[in-house]
Amino acid sequence: MQHRRSMSGMITLAVIGALALSACSSSKGSGSSNTPAAKTGYNAANTSLVNASTNKNGTVKYALSSTPDSLDPGNTYYAWVWDFSRLYASPLTTFKPVPGNDSLTLVPNLATSLGVPSDGGKTWTYHLRPNLKYSDGSPITAADVKYAVERSNYAPDVFSNGPTYFNAVLAQNTPAYAGPYKDKTGGLKSIETPDATTIVFHLASAFADFDYLVSNPQTAPVPQAKDTGANYVKNIISSGPYEFKSYTDSRGAVLVPNPNWSAASGLVGAQNSKEIDLTFNQEQVSIDNDLMAGNLTGDVAGAGTAAASQPKILNDATLKANADDALSGALSYVAMSTKVKPLDNLDCRKAVEYAIDKVSAQNAYGGPNRGDIATTVLPPNVVGYTKYDDYPTPSNSGDVAKAKDELTKCGHPSGFDIGLSARADRPNEISMATSIQASLKKVGINATIQQYPSGKYFSDFAGAPAFVHSHNIGLIMMAWAADWPTGYGFLDQIIAGDTIKASGNSNLSELNDPTVNQLLQQAIQNTDASARVKAWGQVDKQVMDDAAIVPMLYRKDLLYRPPSATNVFVTAAYGMYDYLTIGSTS
Amino acid sequence: MTLPTGDIEVVTGAHDAVDLDRLDGDAIEGRSPWQISWRRLKRDRAAMVGGAVAVLLVLVAIFSKLIESGFHLDPNATHNNQFHGGLIDPNTGLPLGSFGGMSSHHLLGVEPLSGRDILARIVEGSWVSLLVAFSATLLSNAIGTVLGIVAGYYGGWIDAFISRIMDIFLAFPLLLFAIAISASLQNEAFGLKGLPLHISVLIFVIGFFNWPYMGRIIRGQTISLREREFVAAARGLGARGPYILFKELLPNLVAPILVYSTLLMPSNILFEAALDFLGVGIAPPQSSWGQELAQAVDYYQSDPEYLIVPGVMIFIAVLAFNLFGDGLRDALDPKSASR
Repeated sequence: MQHRRSMSGMITLAVIGALALSACSSSKGSGSSNTPAAKTGYNAANTSLVNASTNKNGTVKYALSSTPDSLDPGNTYYAWVWDFSRLYASPLTTFKPVPGNDSLTLVPNLATSLGVPSDGGKTWTYHLRPNLKYSDGSPITAADVKYAVERSNYAPDVFSNGPTYFNAVLAQNTPAYAGPYKDKTGGLKSIETPDATTIVFHLASAFADFDYLVSNPQTAPVPQAKDTGANYVKNIISSGPYEFKSYTDSRGAVLVPNPNWSAASGLVGAQNSKEIDLTFNQEQVSIDNDLMAGNLTGDVAGAGTAAASQPKILNDATLKANADDALSGALSYVAMSTKVKPLDNLDCRKAVEYAIDKVSAQNAYGGPNRGDIATTVLPPNVVGYTKYDDYPTPSNSGDVAKAKDELTKCGHPSGFDIGLSARADRPNEISMATSIQASLKKVGINATIQQYPSGKYFSDFAGAPAFVHSHNIGLIMMAWAADWPTGYGFLDQIIAGDTIKASGNSNLSELNDPTVNQLLQQAIQNTDASARVKAWGQVDKQVMDDAAIVPMLYRKDLLYRPPSATNVFVTAAYGMYDYLTIGSTS
Repeated sequence: MTLPTGDIEVVTGAHDAVDLDRLDGDAIEGRSPWQISWRRLKRDRAAMVGGAVAVLLVLVAIFSKLIESGFHLDPNATHNNQFHGGLIDPNTGLPLGSFGGMSSHHLLGVEPLSGRDILARIVEGSWVSLLVAFSATLLSNAIGTVLGIVAGYYGGWIDAFISRIMDIFLAFPLLLFAIAISASLQNEAFGLKGLPLHISVLIFVIGFFNWPYMGRIIRGQTISLREREFVAAARGLGARGPYILFKELLPNLVAPILVYSTLLMPSNILFEAALDFLGVGIAPPQSSWGQELAQAVDYYQSDPEYLIVPGVMIFIAVLAFNLFGDGLRDALDPKSASR
């Protein structure tokens, strides 16, 4: 999914050990092995819960540097919204809200247990908890879950933001289902709801990761009678611990505890504050300053502070103790459009791979605290990662000679002009784009930076292929985290040919390589886990052979939590603070 | 042109024995108003210094590319790769060394994160800031002068109409409008892209909405001038409106136009800086003083030198133009005491 500045990453259990080591917890050398990791200090929240509190009367204040792509659980693709929306939208399964490695464990949420597969993995059955109610008192039924999947996956002209895995995986109607707004005849036949608390999914072919798939907000129930399509976001009916008291486009929202939710029902979450305020369109550096002053509880984007705020935090012992350099599980990269000339030529793309000085770009982004230099598509903490570099350059600092060689091969020996798009409200991204522009200039490639707002980056600009083509945008700044912690969950939406969309596109390279497509499809149906792991690595290598992207950083984000924030910890599932438990003492 | 109050020209042919007020033997000469003003201006030290600095800045702006190649200053070269002589501390992004990275190679230090030379960026930014301020001033002047003269001379419904238009423009929340227009014309419009587009938009936004200030002043001056005898005389000789406007009135208005232009320049420099600061000015990597200031504000605690340099440049430019404009107004105003 997209990262606001950082990506929330789904990190697989297999490599969590490395994660634990990266969180330099400040346990001050007590000899006993029973001593828990310190609960305060720099990086404490990476592995433990910080500032435990039972105070439920605080007001939690969040701010955001732009607007969300959408708060509608059926129409969002930003990691922070997937994390945050669990406050008002309960999907079938979710990730355990606990610190450390354990947070990658799937637990049932709306469902009573994880899915029961049958028919060789082609049918999945879930039972809902009984007697659940929405915030308006009406009962939650399995039909509402079915409706939620239908509206989010089968109505692309109404909802274009989120992924469409369900559409790709479920058996299709014949003729094809036109979505609940156009087809009033009874919906998708491959989802059955034999009674109010049972839901059965029939897939076109086996899909080993289905439990992960239903953890995304698209399975959170939506009552059909109250659904107003694109305007539903203004009045979302809640199935989670909080409900909307108010929502204003471009301004913000206020949430208050949902009286019809209780922890006793077995749902995941907590009501640890009496109000949650969300304010949009605050300038990033002023968000950072507000956090440091204690005026805000959190930067809900979860993408870390602006680079300018970093020295303030890292050079001050008091502030540093409130910061966490969290491994976000995301990859920052430059997607190269395979449709915009002259980057439709492989050698021209290879020239860009060799030309970019990654160390300079890393420092322009904020330095090693913000991430390690990347050379593969999969970050090290996703299963399938293999360490290799298709386009090595001395000290990762670019190789002008090799780049010029490739330029000659592709017929543009003196370079070419191209557009480079970046998100206007993300100063770190603009800074990295400027550094990339300088690297490319050295070999004669003149990149013009075009800036667009994050909230519409994927719906209207970089994620709309027609716009990209007409504006000559050959290079697109992008950050991406796994939709769930396996190779498929990371790779599918960004490099599979059938995921290219007219709006809300994540396959920014518009890569449609049959080898890649086949490998992915075969692997996800394979019930043999080790064969799948091998396949993800092969896909990774093939994408780099195709030079579809230039991997830049395996992201880390410097997050800040003020002392007033309670019950704070980083969830490895999203690579940022878990918003289900945070409260405030103010 | 005829003069409202003519100077008496004294032609000296024979040299009489008595030198009236000259000890150095020069012939008595009358001076034109321009010469009188110039003498007065020369005696105003502050104004001369301001003028000299302003001229210097304009020269730097005009010859910025030459200066850059002559002194090997590259405003876009980054120095942040620690394997290739980087000047930035990778952990904090701050320049290594003291005073923001000042050294013999980088006289004013380097920027954080990218390590770009600040002196080079200031020189590079000068032409953008001054070009925009200049052109915007010119645009305001052109529109304001023409409409002001026409409104002032013709009076009646033409005056009323133009004055109401001025009122409307003055009532515009200028900054908000500027932000809105600049933000929506960021990437491509009217066949222009990139830097030429941004500069054109800035010039338009700053210049187009500021014309009423000049317009009102010129209108006022025109109203007071049109009743003078020389205008009546010209009319009596058969001159028509346009002739009177442009051949009789306009030359007398040159003084206020000049003065208010030099006073408008600094406010336009600041306005351009403000728009860059708000992120709706020019785009990276092009430098401008306002852009530098905007980026530096976030670092005021950790790298104050980064903020001081562009701030001082803008301050100097504004001060120079202000001093010169003040001195010019004093020098040109016949009512102020001559020294």
